[in-house]
Amino acid sequence: MVNIIIWTIAVVTVLGLLLALILYLVAKKFKVEEDPRIDEVEKVMPGANCGGCGFAGCRAFAEAAVKAPNLDNNYCPVGGNDTMTQVAAILGYEVKAKAPQVAVVRCNGTCQARPVVNRYDGFSSCAVKATLYAGDTGCSYGCLGCGDCVAACQFGALSMDPETGLPVVDEQKCTACGACAKACPKHIIEIRPKGPRGMREFVSCVNKDKGPVAKKACANACIGCGICAKTCTHGAITVEANVAYIDPAKCKLCRECEAMCPTGAIHGVNFPKPLDKDAVKERIKLRQQKAKEAAAAAAAAGAPAVAIKKADAPAEAPATAKKADAPAVTKPMEEK
Amino acid sequence: MGKRTFSIGGVHPHDNKISRECRIEPLPLASTVYISVAQHIGAPAVPVVAVGDKVKVGQVIAEPGGFVSAFIHSSVSGTVKSVGPRADLAGRPSVHIEIAVEGDEWLEGIDTSDTLVTEIPSDNKAILDKIRLGGVVGLGGATFPTHVKLSPPPGSKCERVIINGCECEPYLTSDFRTLLEKGEQVVVGAAILKQVMGGVPCTIAIEENKPEAIAHIREVIGKLGYSGIEVMEMKMMYPQGGEKQLIDAVMGRQVGSGALPISVGAVVQNVATALAVYDAVQKNKPIVDNSVTVTGECFPHQANLLVRVGTPLRYILDYLGGIPEEAAKVISGGPMMGRAVANLDAATVKGTGALLLLTEKQTRRAPESNCIRCGKCADACPMGLEPFLLNKLARAKDWDAMEQQAVQDCIECGCCLYSCPAQIPLLDNIRIGKGIVLGNIRARAAAAKAAAEAAKASADAKK
Amino acid sequence: MSQLIVSPSPHIHSKDSTRSLMLDVVIALVPAVLCSFVFYGWREMLVMAVSIASCVLLEWAITKYLLKKPSTIGDLSAVITGILLALNVPYTTPWWVIVIGAVVAIGVAKMTFGGLGQNIWNPALVGRVFLLVSFPTYMTTWSQPQGLFGADAVTGATPLGAIQEGLMQGATVQDIMAEHGYSYSQMLFANLGGSAGEVCALALLAGFVYLCIRKVIKPWITLSILCTVALTSLIFWGINPARFTDPLFNLLTGGLILGACFMATDYVTSPMSTWGGVVFGVGIGLLTVFIRYFGSYPEGVSFAILIMNSLVPLINMGFKQKKFGRK
Repeated sequence: MVNIIIWTIAVVTVLGLLLALILYLVAKKFKVEEDPRIDEVEKVMPGANCGGCGFAGCRAFAEAAVKAPNLDNNYCPVGGNDTMTQVAAILGYEVKAKAPQVAVVRCNGTCQARPVVNRYDGFSSCAVKATLYAGDTGCSYGCLGCGDCVAACQFGALSMDPETGLPVVDEQKCTACGACAKACPKHIIEIRPKGPRGMREFVSCVNKDKGPVAKKACANACIGCGICAKTCTHGAITVEANVAYIDPAKCKLCRECEAMCPTGAIHGVNFPKPLDKDAVKERIKLRQQKAKEAAAAAAAAGAPAVAIKKADAPAEAPATAKKADAPAVTKPMEEK
Repeated sequence: MGKRTFSIGGVHPHDNKISRECRIEPLPLASTVYISVAQHIGAPAVPVVAVGDKVKVGQVIAEPGGFVSAFIHSSVSGTVKSVGPRADLAGRPSVHIEIAVEGDEWLEGIDTSDTLVTEIPSDNKAILDKIRLGGVVGLGGATFPTHVKLSPPPGSKCERVIINGCECEPYLTSDFRTLLEKGEQVVVGAAILKQVMGGVPCTIAIEENKPEAIAHIREVIGKLGYSGIEVMEMKMMYPQGGEKQLIDAVMGRQVGSGALPISVGAVVQNVATALAVYDAVQKNKPIVDNSVTVTGECFPHQANLLVRVGTPLRYILDYLGGIPEEAAKVISGGPMMGRAVANLDAATVKGTGALLLLTEKQTRRAPESNCIRCGKCADACPMGLEPFLLNKLARAKDWDAMEQQAVQDCIECGCCLYSCPAQIPLLDNIRIGKGIVLGNIRARAAAAKAAAEAAKASADAKK
Repeated sequence: MSQLIVSPSPHIHSKDSTRSLMLDVVIALVPAVLCSFVFYGWREMLVMAVSIASCVLLEWAITKYLLKKPSTIGDLSAVITGILLALNVPYTTPWWVIVIGAVVAIGVAKMTFGGLGQNIWNPALVGRVFLLVSFPTYMTTWSQPQGLFGADAVTGATPLGAIQEGLMQGATVQDIMAEHGYSYSQMLFANLGGSAGEVCALALLAGFVYLCIRKVIKPWITLSILCTVALTSLIFWGINPARFTDPLFNLLTGGLILGACFMATDYVTSPMSTWGGVVFGVGIGLLTVFIRYFGSYPEGVSFAILIMNSLVPLINMGFKQKKFGRK
């Protein structure tokens, strides 16, 4: 009886030792020499393997980061500044902090604003639909609504709003990896800086049609009228190919463009207070009047030719307006 | 000898040629036509008219924008109203020339009479030039510029000209009517093509469901006394009209992946193209009109119409009594490969061969269910591909594997989706994969070319 | 005209749907089912009803409560599994054994893999083999058919079982055949003991012909199985007629025809290409004969089909359609 137990133990022990030896030898023989820092970097990576950084996965990013002479071209949008600081610490590099970014859907052609004009009956995929034709609404630039972006997001940050038929980004979950922007055949998703406390202003439309055509297709379309660009006192808005674009680097979040937009194509999000359009419009009107008066006064003072030129040029207006508006602009931000 | 057909796959949709007894009638002119400058494969043509210009029928209004491109002629006489983007049948903007119709004045030098001119000019170069200036493109669907196809690259030799009269798509009858009513012109066109390609034998391939056309063309050939032109009766099978399939059926040779038909010594032209060649060469008449079948079970007024290029689709349908209530889909082309029309205000182009109206019941797709691995798609694929596998790979976005599985060979004939009992949208997904794989292949070729040039440049620099 | 429909081509579809194909299989099975009713009477009807009902209900319940997906019973594949399972067990089988068989067939062999199209093995066969291994008493107590209004059953062995037993006791094939008085016409027109589907070869073949005419299946798999069985047994029988049964006997007995016509030809678990199908069929034929001649089970068709089912992915890889214009 005892003998059997002893023998069993002995056999198991010897087997175990033998196998351990084999495993050791194999591990030794097939060991690949690697920079140990790659493992260290990989450990601090988010591990999402999303490819948002432009590499195949977190391991590939780590290998590239270790090899690279600096971290200028290697940035993990998912981990953000925290992760990059850690990576920089491991590799002894400097890293420039980047403003956190988020995916922004630049289409607000809701079901009400953008009536459906035909029925699509193919595979429910934006890619297939976009290859086939312009889309089932009058707008050939807007969201196709089949949710390729939702399928592309591995963080569950996107969902289709059944009421509007448009994708909605969950800012908490979005890592700005850019997979959705790549998946969208209409290129309506943009990766933009999140903005201070998430506040940001953007044109939620990419329709390049001329005003009347765009307006006919969608009530919320940007018609390229340029009022926003004229209103903006920071030179942040450009209108190109009949569609306005707000440069996030220059935007001061004054929301004047949003108030002035005739179609509501400009959206501001995460502002603590709802926008009082009438008040802002009044303010802009006042300011423009003042500018006019100042120009007229300057013209009366002399040098008529120069003055006329100045009055037409928008350069005059911002200079005056900036002073007048400075408190109004900063107010909502200070309140919080 | 039994009737021939191609060797792999194929399906048998019901041929539904309900408009086969309708003679080709000219459609009255519309008040305005919209002529697209992108009616062919290749670079869009460049407009050469300005707003306010007066144009006549047959006048050049746009010139080729590259080697693979074609002339575009005004199909009406009148005044150019605008040149600019307008939505095509898919709703996408492309450049159209809008012409307000005033009368019907033809450009001088165009022979509009019905007399048959059988004497073929002897100078092949002059013939090719006339074909090019006539804006002739392949009217079987691909709209590839014909003069390019007729100028084989050096080193390749044409052994047979095939005139494609299969019209294997259900419903379509415009080629059939053309063969019956303009058989002489088609045969002379075939003779011209035969002469241009160096007098090689010519086969006019017609499917067995058009016995009248077969008999008529045989009679015409006998009457005109051409030797070396024969009619081949083909077994009914879709997609026999596909270029590669037809060459396989007629000559028993398979064109390799990515290769041109000339690589096996074949040049294929459609019946309507042969007629256009006749018109261009013998009559100096460029492509300004084409015959369009307007059909569908739900449509009371079947017709084969001679339609001027650029006529709005809505005008054609309204002329025939408007779209019936139960019609749910308008298709430009046949039911297997045609394109669904999203915008009825779009205008016809040279390649528009049919307008087909289907009811919701005929065309609505049933919901997709699980693949039951029946293999019907693989049996049906005329290219010997495995659509079920390609579909899976496309959904997994594994483009490299798709390339290995030869997705780039897909001719988008629709046999797989047609035959799938589980209604899986095979072709929808395969088409996406094909697009990406072809893009990858082109990018690789371009990169290889650039690398070779760079290597050559550095070698030259060393010298 | 309301709004136009826009979709990618093709714009028409053949009349085939999963449901219509499955319905054809059900129609093809009707003669065999009717035969079994005639020969085995009301108890066979009960077996059939329990089998079909439990298969369909199970699939419905699993899709509704476990997978939370739209129900798939409309495609009729569960009905076919139910019929095949019933044809694969003796009519004396208690109802609860059949329910267990259905649980294994639908629950384990089919839905676990993701439902129709995803399973590796033919569900009805998995159910049958499970029952055969777990409840050998019920599954091997065969009874002489007594007809729709016949008297009580007389228990006995199937021809294959009797021969297996007899050979083990040292008798020759001829002796055993003579002893039991088997005749080939009996086998063809269904009069020998066995499970319901094994009894009427003619009814099964009629269904097979129907399926081929309707182009639901291609005949190559079935033909290659039958030919292989005939040829292989011809060779063995030619060598030693006392030890090995003759080809005709092998073709007509057991579930060979049922298996070859309806279970080996199942779309999901058979190769896609024609030549793959032939290889598949030859494999099944060889395995069947070897199991019958040398195995300890008297009948080998079920095992043969299941083994070859497992090899289908490999066969599919090996036998592909030649691509157009490629070498």
